[in-house]
Amino acid sequence: MISSVLLGAETTSFPVLPALVAIPLLTALVIALIPGSRDDYLKITALSGSSITAAFSIWVMAAFETDDSLQFVWERVWAADLGASFSLGIDGISLFLVVLSGILFPIAIMCCDPGHDHKPYYIWLMVLMAGSMGVFMATDLLLFFLFFEVVLIPMYFLIGGWGHGDRVFAATKFFIYTMAGSALMLIGIGTVAIGTARQTGVLTFNVFELAEAQALSPDLARFAFIAFALGFAVKVPLVPVHTWLPDAHTEAPTAGSVILAGVMLKLGTYGFIRFGLFLFPQAAKDLAPLFFTLGVIGIVYGAVVATVQKDLKRLIAYSSIAHLGFIILGIFAMNTQGIEGALLQMVNHGISTGALFILVGWIYERRHTREIAALSGLQSAAPIMAAAFTLVMLSSIGLPGLNGFVGEFLILLGAYSAAKWWTVVAVTGVILAALYLLWAYQRVFHGKAEGDNATMADLSLSEGLSILPLIGLIIFMGLYPKPVLERMEPAVETLVAHLEANIDGFSEPGNDGVESPADAEDLVKAAIHGAEGEEGDH
Amino acid sequence: MLEAAFLIPAFPIAGFLLVFLFGRKLGEPVAGWLATLAMAGSFVSTLVVFGGLAGLEGEERFFIQKIFTWIPSGTFNVDIGLLVDPLAVTMCLFITGVGTLIHLYSIGYMHGDPNFSKFFLYLNMFAASMLLLVLGDNLLLTFLGWEGVGACSYLLISFWFTDEANASAGKKAFVTNRVGDFGFMLATFVIFTSIGSIRYADILSGADAMTTNAATAATLLFLLAAAGKSAQLPLYVWLPDAMAGPTPVSALIHAATMVTSGVYLLTRLNPVLAEAAQGAVTAIAWLGALTALFAATIAIAQTDIKKVLAYSTVSQLGYLFLAVGTGAYVAAIFHMVTHAFFKALLFLGSGSVIHGLDGEQDMRRMGGLARIMPITAMTFVIGWLAIAGVPPFSGFWSKDEILLYAWNESKLLWLVGIITALLTAFYMTRQVILTFFGRIKFFDAHTDEIEMAFANRVTDSKAALEDAQASVGAAEEGVAKSEADLEKRTEALAKAETAVEETRMAVASSLPANDGHEKLVKAFEKAEKAIPKAGTAMEKAGAKVTDAHQALAHAQTAVAEARELALTAATAANRAPKAPEYVTAFTDGPDVSEFESQMPDSYRQRNEYHPHESPWTMTLPLIVLSFFAAVAGGLNLPFTKDLHFLGHWLEPSLFGNEAHLTDISTATKWGLAVVAIVVGIVAISTAFYVYVSEKVNPESIELDVFAEGWHLDNTYAKVAGGPGHAMFDGAAAFDAKVVDGAVIGTTTLVSRLGGVFAYLQPGFVRSAALGIMLGSAGVLIWFLARLWL
Repeated sequence: MISSVLLGAETTSFPVLPALVAIPLLTALVIALIPGSRDDYLKITALSGSSITAAFSIWVMAAFETDDSLQFVWERVWAADLGASFSLGIDGISLFLVVLSGILFPIAIMCCDPGHDHKPYYIWLMVLMAGSMGVFMATDLLLFFLFFEVVLIPMYFLIGGWGHGDRVFAATKFFIYTMAGSALMLIGIGTVAIGTARQTGVLTFNVFELAEAQALSPDLARFAFIAFALGFAVKVPLVPVHTWLPDAHTEAPTAGSVILAGVMLKLGTYGFIRFGLFLFPQAAKDLAPLFFTLGVIGIVYGAVVATVQKDLKRLIAYSSIAHLGFIILGIFAMNTQGIEGALLQMVNHGISTGALFILVGWIYERRHTREIAALSGLQSAAPIMAAAFTLVMLSSIGLPGLNGFVGEFLILLGAYSAAKWWTVVAVTGVILAALYLLWAYQRVFHGKAEGDNATMADLSLSEGLSILPLIGLIIFMGLYPKPVLERMEPAVETLVAHLEANIDGFSEPGNDGVESPADAEDLVKAAIHGAEGEEGDH
Repeated sequence: MLEAAFLIPAFPIAGFLLVFLFGRKLGEPVAGWLATLAMAGSFVSTLVVFGGLAGLEGEERFFIQKIFTWIPSGTFNVDIGLLVDPLAVTMCLFITGVGTLIHLYSIGYMHGDPNFSKFFLYLNMFAASMLLLVLGDNLLLTFLGWEGVGACSYLLISFWFTDEANASAGKKAFVTNRVGDFGFMLATFVIFTSIGSIRYADILSGADAMTTNAATAATLLFLLAAAGKSAQLPLYVWLPDAMAGPTPVSALIHAATMVTSGVYLLTRLNPVLAEAAQGAVTAIAWLGALTALFAATIAIAQTDIKKVLAYSTVSQLGYLFLAVGTGAYVAAIFHMVTHAFFKALLFLGSGSVIHGLDGEQDMRRMGGLARIMPITAMTFVIGWLAIAGVPPFSGFWSKDEILLYAWNESKLLWLVGIITALLTAFYMTRQVILTFFGRIKFFDAHTDEIEMAFANRVTDSKAALEDAQASVGAAEEGVAKSEADLEKRTEALAKAETAVEETRMAVASSLPANDGHEKLVKAFEKAEKAIPKAGTAMEKAGAKVTDAHQALAHAQTAVAEARELALTAATAANRAPKAPEYVTAFTDGPDVSEFESQMPDSYRQRNEYHPHESPWTMTLPLIVLSFFAAVAGGLNLPFTKDLHFLGHWLEPSLFGNEAHLTDISTATKWGLAVVAIVVGIVAISTAFYVYVSEKVNPESIELDVFAEGWHLDNTYAKVAGGPGHAMFDGAAAFDAKVVDGAVIGTTTLVSRLGGVFAYLQPGFVRSAALGIMLGSAGVLIWFLARLWL
């Protein structure tokens, strides 16, 4: 029934979703054709292409109708005999990840220059953008896998080619880790498609049809879920398969770090929602305690290790592990608040951590070091940068009124009703987040400035303008997250209803004592009715 | 009129935005006036809302103003909305009232600070957060304010960030408060799961449906939150350090308003407390009582004027917890209000002292300041009488009511409370004596510096005298030389004249026809020519002699002057060891201009040795606050029920959860009041005995263990810096060596065993990556081909 809800929606006349993939690819092509003598056109071309894509993604958000349907659907049969199709669509779950990717790319391009080999750098960035857009819109498992891989390659070259320090090692580590995860995921994809086909007689890779069928035996479902989960766990990353992240984050060029944190880590958490929960509700429910545990370990362990890092970028990398731990906790809470909070946190982490990486990148450009011990008193020399850093830091700490808080709070609220004691431990992460960020801030920005620290330049106008959108979002999403939450909600409610319908004796844990199980059943029935009703309209 | 509620936080928010946008351009003092005006606007709005609320019947004094929906998610839904009831308005009245005065005071205090406008930016932001905290119509908006004031506190404590100690204190305040926030968040979850909403309207009406377990859990978790924000055991450690911030911040945030948030929260949630197990509520009372006593013992041994007040604040906040825990909500709010007046007054007074003494904070270097800063001293004395519990000053009435309820709950709680009262009166008297009375000790500490100033001057003038003498010598030499020169020239002239005369005679005696004659004529002409030359030379030499004589005269004058200077300096140097004379002049005059004129300009301009009263922007708030500190007891007098103004006013917010004093007779009440007065008198007399008559060595009272705060803070620091830090480092090492090491080790092992090591070289990965890329491109092209061909 879900598939019918989701696929039954109207299709627009202009294929905007393919355009979101095609524009960056065309831009890459244009960049490739720019003669070597006109290097000055490279950046402006990349910026234009990515900005146009961003504009389209924002248009999609504006035109998005607040319901649980899959919208702007664009589908072409790909290999009928394989049941694979080139199908793109956006619902409340993927909408804001697409918009986030759209916004982050132009900012990442504007904020920082690669320093050398400009042409391939921008080409890889634009290919990366195309992949990032596609991966959140793909509704076909094989297509998703294709984009999932496509995203990996440009990032590998960006880290290896334009990174710092031991960049080739970091890139290789990143590649091997994610490839291993992808291989396992491919096994999962095969298992679920073939396993379902054996039962239903129809081979399909459409995620909604597969979710609807629920045809796998419990054991097979669990096996497939684990295969998917391992692939996603590496991407998130969950402890203990996280050690590629600090290296990759630290050695990547600034734009790479921004995209890595803002977009690519979300592939794992998005995968858990879109594929883990949708395809394998029962298996996910059975293994939820494992993921609560891993999430909570990530929160505390990531924060503890972040506290004593000596490199500013590495510190932020470990803080990402902690933030992503919260997201995992919210997803496996399997209730509206938890999942909405997780989705919101994905967006907010992209904004805040992206901004942090950009600021640290600027410090590095000026001081040629990210070593915390070598920096001191920067607030005296660069008060505007310090003010921006303070705001972004407070957002990352989860100060209410700024964006980071809303998602974190909803996650913990949802998780508390699903997994009380895990949540109690998770909330200590809130204390630790304040500790590691404020301590780092104190050492870098407070105190006396001497030597190069005293003469460091403050933000230039163009730098200020490139971070301004992120700062605006940090404040806006903190004070008025309603437009975002509203658009997510129908899709999340449908997912929760799907979970309730397909898990034995499960009702949304958040509503114990508030709504009786009968109410929950009504909700499911209403969802089903709505589905049938909508089917009838078409 | 209630609709004006939104203006209460809107004014400081507008002030914040204006100062943010134009503060730097406006500069000092306009930015400060703008911020102060915003606060005053907020105060007036509060008065309007208060008027509106007072015009309603008791039960109707509950007004909710929704502004917009904040976080909607499934069954969870909270607004940015304001709850206006007697409790909230009471809080707003003293926050905006005291806040306006402290803003005004800051204009004087922050004079000359390079970040003047930024200070007011933070101050307005703080006020807005604080007002949202008390006005929020749900727990989450209160939490927004709660965290907002915490963030502003962090920014203001580390305002002078170049000093590491200030930066550390700011961080410590934030992180310690986060421990409390842990409790706040979990308590919110407990409330949501058991009531299904976190709006106060729902909580207050639905609390009776909570299970005892849930209510107990919520109460204890909120207590943890409150203990953080209101600096109670064991989380109080940040507050004394927070004194690193500018003094107006200590007065506003760390005495009058923010630190009372915890008490506000517990009072607001009184229906939840009513459902909790009795033990949990009693725990609040005991935590408060013990903190009150604990902090009071520390306060008696502090030497920093602000540290005394900081520990005093912790102690007084303990009284508020004691009140809440014994169901004396009215007394808690009553004492919160009187405390806001007298503690803000005391902090601002100490700020005025610090300002007048150019940053001096050590009370051992004060004393006798009453003669120099009469307004500060007078108002401080009123604050002292109020906190020491001397009737009829405000603190007496409010503290007495808390002790009464403590007696009602348990005699032991009362005992702890009364001992604390004794200590309070003692340490405050000590502070007043050390600061304002007795001998002026400020100069003791600086005698060396003053002597140095004079000594330097002597050295300087001696050097000048030597210089002058040297120049006299040089001038005398010059005179001698030019006189010798003149003599020589005169001789030369005489010689030349003789030569002319001789030749003239020779010419006359020889015949013109003679060969020798021509020669002689030539010689004569030559000799004649030499005369003017010799004359000019002589004239020049004469002029030189005059010059030399003039130089000599100058040099002699200089010597005379230098001698005089040296003499003055030597006289001054003789006086310098008697620096107290300067002090005496200061104290009796107080005119030190004569002394100061003897100091080099550089010392005089710094005004270091010239304590002074503060400007009117600082003294006016002191005067206003001292008025309220004196009379605020009138808010809730105990004599008849009609005089319980505050009690009646707050009734609608307390839902009948206020404890009743049915078992206590009027005689007992009078008895307890008399005991409290006697205790106060004893404490004050003891302090006079120790610190004025000096018959007892203060060290026998100011024990090290008190001075060191029972070593609790040190222990925290040692644990955090030692084992704590080691554990964190251990985790990082574990991550690098074990987790990452295992992965790398396994990879290496597997590849060695399989002989595929070579494939894992970057080169291979690079080819693989390109392969995937080309493969993907191939798939795409194939797809496109299928589509169109």
